[in-house]
Amino acid sequence: MSVLVFVEGFNGEIKKSSLEAATYGYQVAQQLGTSATAVAIGEVHEDALAKLGEQGISKVLYDADSRLNDFVADAYVKVIAKAAQQENAKVLVFSNSNIGAAVGAKLAVRLNGSLATNVTTLPKTDGGFIVTRSVFSGKAFAEVNLTSDVKIIAVKKNALEIANAGSGAATIEKFSAELTDADFVAAPKETIMQDTSGGVLLTEAEIVVSGGRGLKGPENWHLVEDLAKALGAATACSKPVADLDWRPHHEHVGQTGIAVSPNLYIAIGISGAIQHLAGVNSSKVIVVINKDPEAPFFKAADYGIVGDAFDVVPKLIEAARALDK
Amino acid sequence: MKILVCISNVPDTTSKINFSGDNKSFDKNGVQFVINPWDEYALTRAIELKEAKGGTVTVLNVGEADAEPNIRKALAIGADDAIRVNADPKDAFFVAQQIAAIARQNNYDMILMGKESIDYNGSQVHNMVGEMLGIPSIVPASKLDLVDDSTARLEREIEGGKEVVEVKLPFVASAQQPMSEPRIPNMRGIMTARTKPLQVVEPVAGETKADYVSFSKPEKKGGVKMIDAENAGELITLLRNEAKVL
Ligand SMILES: Cc1cc2nc3c(=O)[nH]c(=O)nc-3n(C[C@H](O)[C@H](O)[C@H](O)COP(=O)(O)OP(=O)(O)OC[C@H]3O[C@@H](n4cnc5c(N)ncnc54)[C@H](O)[C@@H]3O)c2cc1C
Repeated sequence: MSVLVFVEGFNGEIKKSSLEAATYGYQVAQQLGTSATAVAIGEVHEDALAKLGEQGISKVLYDADSRLNDFVADAYVKVIAKAAQQENAKVLVFSNSNIGAAVGAKLAVRLNGSLATNVTTLPKTDGGFIVTRSVFSGKAFAEVNLTSDVKIIAVKKNALEIANAGSGAATIEKFSAELTDADFVAAPKETIMQDTSGGVLLTEAEIVVSGGRGLKGPENWHLVEDLAKALGAATACSKPVADLDWRPHHEHVGQTGIAVSPNLYIAIGISGAIQHLAGVNSSKVIVVINKDPEAPFFKAADYGIVGDAFDVVPKLIEAARALDK
Repeated sequence: MKILVCISNVPDTTSKINFSGDNKSFDKNGVQFVINPWDEYALTRAIELKEAKGGTVTVLNVGEADAEPNIRKALAIGADDAIRVNADPKDAFFVAQQIAAIARQNNYDMILMGKESIDYNGSQVHNMVGEMLGIPSIVPASKLDLVDDSTARLEREIEGGKEVVEVKLPFVASAQQPMSEPRIPNMRGIMTARTKPLQVVEPVAGETKADYVSFSKPEKKGGVKMIDAENAGELITLLRNEAKVL
């Protein structure tokens, strides 16, 4: 019996959210008195894989098949299912990403397992296998008992700190499944990556700077971008900003957009409608800059500034640039 | 083109979320229910495709009778007929089994639904249905078009980019914006919806794999600390030294 963690790469490195999943996997393995193995697919540097030892992973099964550099759901499922079988894994851990949640759901059917997504806690294992999930768009938590023999968990991003278990390097074993053409029928024809020259993915970011309709138009977005750059943050926006095409839809956060849970969320010119809050309310620290002292967002904020964004944000950019890194 | 759109009945986005006294169930008191907003993107896209290419749109809800007003609303927006599987939608696996059972009887060309429901935020059912039926599931899709009568072209969001995928029908896809702009039912739609067929069927035998034990609410924030706009730079110092997030 063991714990299997699926780790995702991005630009050859392992995503922060996958290091969190690895931490989770190791801690569950400790609870159950077993070890944690990782499985990685596609383009990931081997030294990055070996470093998973720091999170307590003892072994990494690595399938470097270049056809899997893009995400191909059926093929990924086959590889991970085979790894789970080989390792006799009873707990499978993913990050709650688009890829992790998709593969987790398919595996739940294939392995006849119980799946919980958006998980925020380690399991309680006395008399069951009970985890906490974030539900109702961050407005509540639910405790769920996973009743099948195989448990599949997708860990909410930034819900737990990446641990350094201090073990040595993980061993890397080449791994592959017998993939057929049928596994590639829904393979992408093309993958279009966003410009990530800023280096920070919104869904992985520790700091997010977000702008709303109060910024008046796309021509003023340098305020958001410059502050984000000075803080090493990702940029985001409210729904109307994406609907108006001021910013792309993949930046739209909220109940009907992307849910984020960074350490720091800075909202500029956003009123704080309940649907917006639903996507950002699990951020650890929230800063609100709004010229209206009655803006509802202040009720959900940790720090606030009442003022005109066009006066306030340049001062923040200046102060942020002056920070020593 | 036969399109199946799965909808769930969820608390309105402005709802205050409360639980029963023992924290074991969601308290529906005073809560207004709506069609899950993500499902509306799927529904409107299905209707647009039907308008362009002909065919039918069937809506499917796994739920109890109290979901019927929102099923009628989907008919008023433009779906042709509806099926309600008369069961408490206990967990994603159970719901996916019910949807798969309906799909097996009806040869749909595509099965669409939202990326997730705004109540349990599971984001599981679409992929489970695809896997149960052995057809591709494209999740989450921000664009869906038909290339010809047997092929669809979708854009699938991945973190950091998107994939362009072409699949043969049938398939499952989940919707997110900007796939479509939801529609508001008009008077004529509301009138005709009353007489459109809504079939109630009993569930097939299914299993649940996740039991909800209890609910809780996040701790309240400590209150906001205001910084004078004149000294805005002070915020950065506080974020570093007090909040320790920089
Ligand atoms: C079903 C449904 C789903 C929704 N989903 C989402 C979602 O996922 N995400 C989302 O964001 N919204 C969502 N919404 C929309 C939401 O209700 C709000 O309309 C939206 O969040 C408002 O965006 P905003 O704050 O940018 O704009 P506004 O509400 O127009 O607010 C602009 C704010 O900027 C301030 N301001 C103006 N000028 C300045 C200035 N010079 N300096 C500083 N502040 C200034 C104003 O005081 C105001 O508070 C949804 C709505 C519905 C009905």
